[in-house]
Amino acid sequence: METFDALLQGLSVAALPGNLIFALIGVLLGTAVGVLPGIGPALTVALLLPVTYKLDPAGSLIMFAGIYYGGMYGGSTTAILINTPGESASMATALEGYRMARAGRGAQALATAAIGSFVAGTIATLGLTFLAPWLVELAVQMGPEDYFALMCVAFVTVSATFGDSPVRGLTSLFVGLAIGLVGIDRLTGQPRLAFGMPELLDGIDVTTLAVGLFAIGEALYVASMRGHATEQVESVRGSLWMSLDDWARSWKAWIRGAFIGFPIGALPAGGAEIPTFLSYSIEKKLSRHPEEFGHGAIEGVAGPEAANNASAAGTLVPLLTLGLPTSATAAMMLAGFQQYGLNPGPLLFAEQPQLVWGLIASLYIANLMLLVLNLPLVGLWVRLLAIPQPWLYAGILVFATMGTIVAKASVTELALLTAFGLMGYVMRRFDYPIAPVVVGLILGPMAETQLRRAMAISLGDPMVLVTSPVSASLLTIAAIALLAPFAMSGLGRFKAAED
Amino acid sequence: MLTVMRARACPFLMAGLTAAALAFGAAGAQAQDLKIMAPAAPGGGWDQTARAMQQALVQSGAAQSVQVFNVPGAGGTIGIAQFVNTSKGDPNVLMASGYVMMGAILTNKSPVGLDKVTPIARLIQETDAIAVPVNSPLKTVQDLAELVRKDPARVTWAGGSAGGPDHIAAALFTQKVGSDPTKLNYIPFSGGGEALAAILGGKVTAGMSGLGELESQVKAGKLRLLAITQAERIPGLDVPTLKEAGIDVALANWRAIMAPPGLTPDQVKSVTAMIEKMAKSQAWADILKQKGWDDAFLAGEPFVAFLKDENASTADILKSVGLIKP
Repeated sequence: METFDALLQGLSVAALPGNLIFALIGVLLGTAVGVLPGIGPALTVALLLPVTYKLDPAGSLIMFAGIYYGGMYGGSTTAILINTPGESASMATALEGYRMARAGRGAQALATAAIGSFVAGTIATLGLTFLAPWLVELAVQMGPEDYFALMCVAFVTVSATFGDSPVRGLTSLFVGLAIGLVGIDRLTGQPRLAFGMPELLDGIDVTTLAVGLFAIGEALYVASMRGHATEQVESVRGSLWMSLDDWARSWKAWIRGAFIGFPIGALPAGGAEIPTFLSYSIEKKLSRHPEEFGHGAIEGVAGPEAANNASAAGTLVPLLTLGLPTSATAAMMLAGFQQYGLNPGPLLFAEQPQLVWGLIASLYIANLMLLVLNLPLVGLWVRLLAIPQPWLYAGILVFATMGTIVAKASVTELALLTAFGLMGYVMRRFDYPIAPVVVGLILGPMAETQLRRAMAISLGDPMVLVTSPVSASLLTIAAIALLAPFAMSGLGRFKAAED
Repeated sequence: MLTVMRARACPFLMAGLTAAALAFGAAGAQAQDLKIMAPAAPGGGWDQTARAMQQALVQSGAAQSVQVFNVPGAGGTIGIAQFVNTSKGDPNVLMASGYVMMGAILTNKSPVGLDKVTPIARLIQETDAIAVPVNSPLKTVQDLAELVRKDPARVTWAGGSAGGPDHIAAALFTQKVGSDPTKLNYIPFSGGGEALAAILGGKVTAGMSGLGELESQVKAGKLRLLAITQAERIPGLDVPTLKEAGIDVALANWRAIMAPPGLTPDQVKSVTAMIEKMAKSQAWADILKQKGWDDAFLAGEPFVAFLKDENASTADILKSVGLIKP
């Protein structure tokens, strides 16, 4: 009950009128910057951190939480409306969200994203409140072999993003894996596929690839189709509100998303990308309308958005309990604490309870404020789609380029963005799915590093992959997920007979 | 109808413009608006150094606002490549650097070396320490030495990037206890946070890391320190040096601040003056005390000479332990 009292006390501080105003300013600033593609929440906070410097700790942390969640929200708004994911974690959202927006259901997509984030944020905050000390013990027990097995699960399940043809999907995936090899090898420091260009030593930035493939590729594709029979874009069809059916299809996805996102986010090498893609695949598998996936299925927005938000709260577990910042976002939180000479770590909960709980409470407030602010604005946002296409797509090109320059000012980066844009166009033209490319770039290097670490630790004995219980169970899940569709297709025949 | 659409589009455009203005403003033209690159993942030594500088620069009034950004990977060689490439001639961007980067450049045969940047000052040094989880059967550094003597390949070490001080210290340890350093089984992690998780989780036999990164876990009773690598004991810390334990290793990890290439002499002077003001401030002294870092301020010509000496001796160590293949 002690933790509960502490949380309530944090909430009462965060709910003071002055602090609510800070939260409001933070949320607005964060959303404004967050809509720029290439600028994810972490970078948003980094850019605006100096703004919060002169406030008192409570006000600063609260504004900070507002900026962070605002930035995250801005990122998913652009993913849904203009197919431009602000960061890799909102990529899965773009897959279905953009299709929904084009079918006149943008308002519902934005609403399910906002409410889902709130629901998942709430669940994850409760998880953080009550499970943090216990969860972190488990998290540090995860070794490289376990992470590798987790990547295997992710690889197998994200095949759901492959579209209708596995061969095309695998082709895309391998393009992504190849792109992931570019740059300095993390284990030995040797350059690979850099062709002597120092610019390529950094490797390929995921956001550049995603923005190029999604936004630029789409703009080029739409331009090329002009004059031909284009698909009709409706800005709004019917009501702006989520129907009962939308609610019925969303709520389970939110909850599942939260339960996938929070624990994976809490792992020191978990991240936000794996849970969002896992959630997307699981929703696709569990949906009663799998045929709608790829054409705007609301579960495909609800689940990943919830998972994204929950994983962000999950990263606070190792940060607050161990002092391990495990993501760019967590690093910015660390910076926020360090402005006041605080070092997150095992002793922080005991030494500075009011600040820790203040932060957790302010995340909560920021989430609620975004929900209250954005739901009425949803109608306004979707009007964006009523802009004549040439203007809209010209705007997207400007936006995408500007975001990339702000995030990383380099000619090479712009050249890469253009090249990926062309690649995205060609892939769309010939009907190759683009999501697996980004998945390959994200998961490939992670899986490689973890496997090689596991092998080094086990002295080259591959048995370690099956002797670790976590790894063994995860690999079993991967194997089942791989083989189940074949088994199910047999079962499916019985089912069809029953119907 | 069209007018209506335009009016509707307006808030969006406004938001975009505001965003752009903010973003560019922050990256800004103001001379005191400084950015510091931490060329490692968040949580590690350079990240902490850069963030400590951020705090001290602002508190001491040496700079108005400071941002820290991370470019992780491969011992900082990824960061230095980007730094030299994108910040040339810009006196408002600095990079945290140090022994780690020097070693990584040598072992990686990095095309971009420390000779490409403008050295400003060495700021601090910190000893490395050998740590094991509290439940490890290894109680003293002699226990670990015994194990290494038996079979160095079976002893797994977690630490920072390949070729960095952690790697060098582990290699020297292996060599000086009379074992074969080429058999060293060292697993590099790109950030202090990630390595720490592996040590805490008991995934490796021992961890080699900066004392500051380990300390809070030691205080919390999760890790046990076996030895520190620098030559002198740390007052108030009941942990032997490797020398005391009869293992002839003396190594400290220094950290420095570098400016991009292509600055005018006047720019170098003003950047150096700013850093010196920070390094002599009370705010900086307080941070050093809090972090347990030793002040090692050295600027100008002496620092350039120090870099040269250190580079030569590091290359020797790396060759003698087999990290650079001749």
